[in-house]
Amino acid sequence: MEPTAEHGTDRVKRGLAQQLKGGVIMDVVSADQAKIAEEAGAVAVMALERVPADIRAHGGVARMADPAKVEQIIAMVSIPVMAKARIGHTVEAQVLQSLGVDYIDESEVLTPVADTHIDKRAFTVPFVNGAKDLGEALRRIGEGAAMIRTKGEPGTGNVVEAVKHMRVMTAQIRSLTTLDADELMNAAKELRAPYHLVAEVAETGVLPVVNFAAGGIATPSDAALMMHLGCDGVFVGSGIFKSGDPDVRARAIVEATTFYQDPEKIAKVSKNLGEAMVGINIDTMPAEERMQDRGD
Amino acid sequence: MRVGALALQGDFREHLAIIEGLGHIGVEVRTPEELDDVDALIIPGGESTTIGRLATIYGLIEPVRRRIEEGMPVLGTCAGMIFLATSTTGPDQPQLGVLDAVVERNAFGRQVDSFEMALDVTGLDGPIHAVFIRAPWIDKVGGSVEVLATVADPETGRDRPVVVRQDNIVATSFHPELTSDGRLHELFLGDD
Repeated sequence: MEPTAEHGTDRVKRGLAQQLKGGVIMDVVSADQAKIAEEAGAVAVMALERVPADIRAHGGVARMADPAKVEQIIAMVSIPVMAKARIGHTVEAQVLQSLGVDYIDESEVLTPVADTHIDKRAFTVPFVNGAKDLGEALRRIGEGAAMIRTKGEPGTGNVVEAVKHMRVMTAQIRSLTTLDADELMNAAKELRAPYHLVAEVAETGVLPVVNFAAGGIATPSDAALMMHLGCDGVFVGSGIFKSGDPDVRARAIVEATTFYQDPEKIAKVSKNLGEAMVGINIDTMPAEERMQDRGD
Repeated sequence: MRVGALALQGDFREHLAIIEGLGHIGVEVRTPEELDDVDALIIPGGESTTIGRLATIYGLIEPVRRRIEEGMPVLGTCAGMIFLATSTTGPDQPQLGVLDAVVERNAFGRQVDSFEMALDVTGLDGPIHAVFIRAPWIDKVGGSVEVLATVADPETGRDRPVVVRQDNIVATSFHPELTSDGRLHELFLGDD
């Protein structure tokens, strides 16, 4: 009997994220930027219309990228291409799947269209979602997300929120592993997360999917810090192409992510990188400008 | 045995977990010095362009090639298979060139075409569960390369090599590290 091949299973969806571990995924807005990212050693690129810093500056409604642009990026590089859809926008996600993108980021960087998220189990293409804490991560995994990333505060060049989200997640996972079986349902209630996923994390002590850092990463040291905190890899949004010398900075961030335990190598790659992107102080940011509060 | 996994990028930890499960010592290898200290090496799945670029910058290409030519057992999975081969059907990228084969990258397609299936492999008793992620296949092999498993090309129906062996080198298109089956790891280490 001819063995049957199964597509779009959890293992296949989560498996691609496994291959991206220890790597850097870079936001790009054109095929030329995608090529620069690939040559700098990016493990994947994220196609979008504008990087988060420009979305902030531009205002208005931020939507998925022009399909023509996504196709140009796919044609330009051999590495996986991800693209962002608005939270809850099932049709943008269907369009991106039909274009052949390898991962969809249901992203708070774009303007949400609903309080509910996309039913990601209905898709063959895998999804990555942002999370500020364990409950949010497990709700997204319950909806079918095959990869999680911290939300951070995108487009700020300020890594403080990503650090906070990763620390909260790690502490919550650690605390779950100390609970007795009869405490798990209450934990699920408090985390507002599916019971079976809470029980799984309590048993294994790890998220069932890969968890990357995202939101505000601007320097090689920022990337290495997120790896040090236990992230599996790093997304860099505005930090590369809003900096003075994108190519050199991209290479430096890739190397710092691999050698995050080696301060001498990080020091070496951090020299003479030119101007980093301008940072924004999150304490002084008006609440309505905080992207991390979109979707929960 | 001390078994290294090239730890520049990719799912090297999953490989090392299988190695430890087989009773060996698993070692992350990022530098030529760390390479000197292992008896066998795994080149994991990941992105072959990223792994190749980092291996070039950090001076690993020549030392890894020399160890393999001296007979060190090596297993390459997916990106690892690409890295071991002599060339690809696409643009040039850094490769070790020790496996006499031409590899076609992303041959089975993009992520929506990724799949898992039960696969018979010569030398293993019973099929292995194989997870193919944006997987390559081998387009051409040299005379010293033994094909251990094939999968039919979904478009032409032609059998494409997905597991090969050449002396001390074993390479797979799929990811044995994504399941708990250690039989391919035993095969490349020569464990019985």
